[in-house]
Amino acid sequence: MLLDIVINKSVTALSVPWWKVVYDFSALTEWIDKSLHNAMSPFWTTIMELLIIGVLILLFYALVGLFLVYAERKVCAFMQNRLGPNRVGPFGIFQTIADLFKLLFKELVPIKNADGFLFNLAPFIVIIASFMAIAAIPFAKGLQAVDLNIGVLYVIAVSAMGVIGVLLAGWSSNNKYSLIGAMRSGAQIVSYELSVGLALITIVILAGSMQLSVIVEAQRDGWFIFKGHIPAFLAFIIFLISSTAETNRGPFDLAEAESELTAGYHTEYSGIKFAFFFLAEYINMFIVASIAATVFLGGWMPFHVGHWEGFNHIMDFIPPFIWYIGKTFFVIFIMMWFKWTFPRLRIDQLLTLEWKYLLPINLVNVLIMAFIVLMGWHF
Amino acid sequence: MAANQIMFVLFSAMIVIFSILTVTSRRILRAAVYLLFVLVSTSGLYFMLNYQFLAAVQLSLYAGGIVVLIIFSILLTSHISQKFESSGLKKNIFSAIAALAGATLSIITILDYNFSATTEAAKEVTMKLIGSSLLSVNYDGYVLPFEVISILLLAAMIAAIVVAKKGAPKPTELPNINQE
Repeated sequence: MLLDIVINKSVTALSVPWWKVVYDFSALTEWIDKSLHNAMSPFWTTIMELLIIGVLILLFYALVGLFLVYAERKVCAFMQNRLGPNRVGPFGIFQTIADLFKLLFKELVPIKNADGFLFNLAPFIVIIASFMAIAAIPFAKGLQAVDLNIGVLYVIAVSAMGVIGVLLAGWSSNNKYSLIGAMRSGAQIVSYELSVGLALITIVILAGSMQLSVIVEAQRDGWFIFKGHIPAFLAFIIFLISSTAETNRGPFDLAEAESELTAGYHTEYSGIKFAFFFLAEYINMFIVASIAATVFLGGWMPFHVGHWEGFNHIMDFIPPFIWYIGKTFFVIFIMMWFKWTFPRLRIDQLLTLEWKYLLPINLVNVLIMAFIVLMGWHF
Repeated sequence: MAANQIMFVLFSAMIVIFSILTVTSRRILRAAVYLLFVLVSTSGLYFMLNYQFLAAVQLSLYAGGIVVLIIFSILLTSHISQKFESSGLKKNIFSAIAALAGATLSIITILDYNFSATTEAAKEVTMKLIGSSLLSVNYDGYVLPFEVISILLLAAMIAAIVVAKKGAPKPTELPNINQE
């Protein structure tokens, strides 16, 4: 009876037709917020909303992780003229779910001379860092968990914390391979973070804001990669290279080079703890790809060309979420393409590339972009 | 208790507990990790105050920068089996006195300060506001500290290059590997 009253009182009608929600999620989120406010106190509303967002992001995280592992194997197979997984389910799409269950059933091997506390903590630090970054990403219009006014800086800051987990994992395993892998990974991430930050700053200068929703909105009449002339394009290429390095992916995968270091920092991990590292790596790739899509390729904004009203209107019919996913997976495909076509770099080549080439180019690039914005030469 | 207060209690409890653990832990890398937790909780407090810029800077500089440097140097220098023996009684007493004196000083300063309560909404600190006040020469501008820190950083960087730079090896001492 009480429940009945609560439900009757709390459910108000959605302010727009349900199919319009796909184009603008803010009506749906407002409706959920209002219904919860009617049903319970503000305190519990906040708790409930946090729970809903947490569960949704967790689900999204798991699904994207599983799909990316499948996609990587398929893309790899495509590059090497093979078929890839094709036994479990149609086209093998359930292969990664089967792999997940296998990993869940595996024994968690305790390491005798390891530092147990840090050994168990490390995978969680890696996964929490990527989890925090995903909160600030705008998936579609009105579909963003937190819209900070320093969104870009927040994402850089939070994703930088993942390296701590990697370093801890390498040291606490008490294994030379792990330690060398962790050291390499640390040197690599710390140096390439610089390029990632500077490449993003180039676009922040163009957009005049670090808020991700504002950056997306500013690309209504053209994506930044087209609006910012050559500096924006250069920044996009530098971002692609340095973010591939930052996620420890090939050709920059010396931290887990299996031919030299068995598996680098996660050599000693087994079962679901290993799966955490594996998952976090793929989610990190997803995060940098979606930052690239948001900052350079317009995020969820459809492909608009200046004043072509008719063309822009047709493009608006495709829901923003589809645009976002499409662009993100385009960037992910490029990164997978890198991995399966380029040979692995040596550590000195890796550091030379960053400190002698990318960093100077980047600094000059920022200056050129500032000059262009100052003169008003951008579109 | 409001949600804000609960979060404040949570963060401050984490800061206090992990601060104590940082200085009492006998394993150096664990101490570094506890320090990381302290710094992350502090950035949580900044987020609560709606000062997002400072929170993100705290995360990227302290948690992502300083702690990574500390961990890096520990990785290079110490072994996992290494444990520090506890310090002597005399040292403990003197450090306790020093800590207590510091705590009293800060508490007296905080209690002395006249905090004025306000019902105004928290001011949103945008990127433009931070940038213009950093480079402003007016009353509440920060251009002097900004310039001083820039010069300090430049000096530190040049010093680092000078220290790291190796002199060119003498040509006669180079072993010729191609020689049979």
